[in-house]
Amino acid sequence: MKIDVLYFAWLRERIGESREVIETSAATATELMDELRALSPHHAAAFADISALRVAYDQELTDFDTPLGNTREVAFFPPMTGG
Amino acid sequence: MDIRVQSAPFDPGQLLSEFTARQSTSGAVVTFTGLTRDLEGTLATMEIEHYPGMTEKALAQIATEAQTRWPLDDVLILHRHGALKPTEPIMMVATASKHRKAAFEAADFLMDYLKSRAPFWKKEVTADGANWVVAKDEDEAALKAWER
Repeated sequence: MKIDVLYFAWLRERIGESREVIETSAATATELMDELRALSPHHAAAFADISALRVAYDQELTDFDTPLGNTREVAFFPPMTGG
Repeated sequence: MDIRVQSAPFDPGQLLSEFTARQSTSGAVVTFTGLTRDLEGTLATMEIEHYPGMTEKALAQIATEAQTRWPLDDVLILHRHGALKPTEPIMMVATASKHRKAAFEAADFLMDYLKSRAPFWKKEVTADGANWVVAKDEDEAALKAWER
């Protein structure tokens, strides 16, 4: 399946892209990250420490091991700093 | 409920006046306005990135949660994105209720949640370079206190 993968803040800067379309058979964000790490050294560095990251499926915060199911858009980003 | 995500500046006084004028059954309005701190004069700009689409949804979810916990007549959340100058207003929340306790508590709750659960990321740009603001452990701890 094709998934839109979005990056924000320093993750976006480190990878050098804000969005990419990934053809994947990953069942979870954890598996998707394994595939993303293989794309480039930038991706590998960005996803080196997942304790520094958060994930949203179709614009809802979730956990890395939640099944992707029919998710169309996966966003990775650092902990939020609003307010 | 009034949720606004915008890059344009806003006038907190005008927003409060408009919000207050809309209330017909409330006895209390509480507001919080967040300003860009100037880091002792070193901050050039504060850049605020967000996740269009998710931002509006997350803010509405947080406002709805506040309305289920407290008897609120109305809720307003405005949050800016883009490049802000030192001392500019970044965001504002307002709550209206029959009594002040609910309005105060709900405003506090909204602030705690939108600091760590709304998809905004702040970057401080100074003469020495640019740094992403790091989330504080105490912000996450503040959310735990509201769990039930």
